[in-house]
Amino acid sequence: MARLFAAADSATSVSGPPSAGDYATDSLFRGIAWFSAFLIIVLTGYILWEILREAFPAIQAHGLGFITGTTWNVNKAEFGVLPEIWGTLYSSLLALFLGGTFGIAIAIFLTQDFIDHRLATVFRTVIEMLAAIPSVVFGLWGIFVLIPLLKPGAEWLHSQFGWFPLFSTDLAGPGMAPAALVLAIMILPTVAAISVDAFRRIPYKVKEAAYGMGTTRWEAILKVMLPTASSGILAALVLGFGRALGETMALAMLIGNANQISLSLFSPANTLASLLASTFPEAGQIEVQALMYAALVLLVITFIVNVAGLAVQQYTIRKFEGKK
Amino acid sequence: MNAVAESVFVAQPYQAVGDIIIDCKVDKIFYGDFLAVRDSTVPIEKKKITGFIGPSGCGKSTVLRSLNRMNDLIQVFRFVGSVIYHGQDVYAAKVDPVLVRRYIGMVFQQPNPFSMSIYDNVAFGLRLNRFKGDMDERVQKALERAALWKEVKDKLKNSGLSLSGGQQQRLCIARAIATEPDVLLMDEPCSALDPIATRQVEELMLELKANYTLALVTHNMQQATRVADTTAFFSVDISHGGRTGYLVEMGPTKQIFEDPREQLTKDYISGQFS
Repeated sequence: MARLFAAADSATSVSGPPSAGDYATDSLFRGIAWFSAFLIIVLTGYILWEILREAFPAIQAHGLGFITGTTWNVNKAEFGVLPEIWGTLYSSLLALFLGGTFGIAIAIFLTQDFIDHRLATVFRTVIEMLAAIPSVVFGLWGIFVLIPLLKPGAEWLHSQFGWFPLFSTDLAGPGMAPAALVLAIMILPTVAAISVDAFRRIPYKVKEAAYGMGTTRWEAILKVMLPTASSGILAALVLGFGRALGETMALAMLIGNANQISLSLFSPANTLASLLASTFPEAGQIEVQALMYAALVLLVITFIVNVAGLAVQQYTIRKFEGKK
Repeated sequence: MNAVAESVFVAQPYQAVGDIIIDCKVDKIFYGDFLAVRDSTVPIEKKKITGFIGPSGCGKSTVLRSLNRMNDLIQVFRFVGSVIYHGQDVYAAKVDPVLVRRYIGMVFQQPNPFSMSIYDNVAFGLRLNRFKGDMDERVQKALERAALWKEVKDKLKNSGLSLSGGQQQRLCIARAIATEPDVLLMDEPCSALDPIATRQVEELMLELKANYTLALVTHNMQQATRVADTTAFFSVDISHGGRTGYLVEMGPTKQIFEDPREQLTKDYISGQFS
């Protein structure tokens, strides 16, 4: 077959068709990309399937009562995870509130010309190093430093404002407050780093437009920069919340592993992840099935949170950025 | 250095005919150690359009942006000289640049609407200045004057970023004129617009001139002849190793284009500029 566009060749032209090798590399890369993407889906599906299979006897035995039940008694084969669901959501929301507020504030501080940008890079590196500290170290730090530090304040709050639901019990040792605080510190780097990127992505011309309208620095940040970065900040918060929901080791060490539902910041509680971690080493077959069911509940919660976060993010992108 | 300084060209001062609203006397403008503009006296006349023309790098945008202290956003920027606006030097220590920008508005070269609805974009300055009157009416008026109302009146809630480039630029103009600032600076406002939208914006400028003062940087010399009452021609001096912009000649637009005093101006407007 005659080469296509052969007439386009002139004596000095170097334009020519891609070689067979070029096409082969192209196909190879496409193949690897497809395979990797497919592998993730298969892996996720497989894990979900295995958990479902292991949990199936427990699902049959306890049904939805597992989610509303409040006792965990191996001897009576009574299993309910409502206190753990409560503890997971409560500790994560507290951490999200604290870590989110501070994370966004740090991102604003680092990106909106408050400090020299080289110093900002140093700050950012330090914050990201926070993410590299193993969770068990945070747990130890919580037990030996944070809890003793919190105790006097907690005692005072309880004695003075004991009528207020958040302070209705005393801090005996491990409990919701130290757990949520450590969790907040743990998600802080995630929220801060991703929010910093969101602010950095704002084109310079947007900043110019804001200041050009005669905004003060805070007006520019609150009325222009924050809405512009909102979809990225939301992604940061969703990721942080997801991490808080699944965090295990530090919580198992700090939350007190008590099977109860309380609004008090100082009472011990439990989370799903920490229940799994602290119970499974000595669990028999029936209890393992119940734990698998609990794992499934945790997976569903994380899934819902991620999907909801994505939906809110899409909404803000549509609303603020006008993209379809 | 001194020998060079004595030999440099300085434009003859332009004798303004009307009231001067901004008397800009640039001695030197630096970015760090880099001398960007030198010796340029540009009086902006009240209720007229002052055009800034010249080749790339001649400092015309830098001078324009110095008028409302936009360059203060750049940390290494340093202004030596004075910009007297209503009897007050805007570079005086006690002057807050935020205040200057409230009265001297700006339209930029690149459309830069905020990530918010079309309505909120236009209402931004009104809310910033705590406008208490009929917001809807003001927003509509601004959009009409910016020749955008017909295209967006049924989708005011849509994001400003959903518009096309030309529409975005007209939205930015509407945003800038909604508060009816005393002076409006336009830095190549039509470079992203098609000829029809350009003509509409030029008509808007001529209309705004009745009540407000405009200063316009443009690469398009025909645009300068169409709208500017007074034209300032800048050039860039590369003879001493740097790239320093300076004012070559300023005068009534007609004179600048038909009977320029300087050879450099003559070469530039006739397209013989190297």
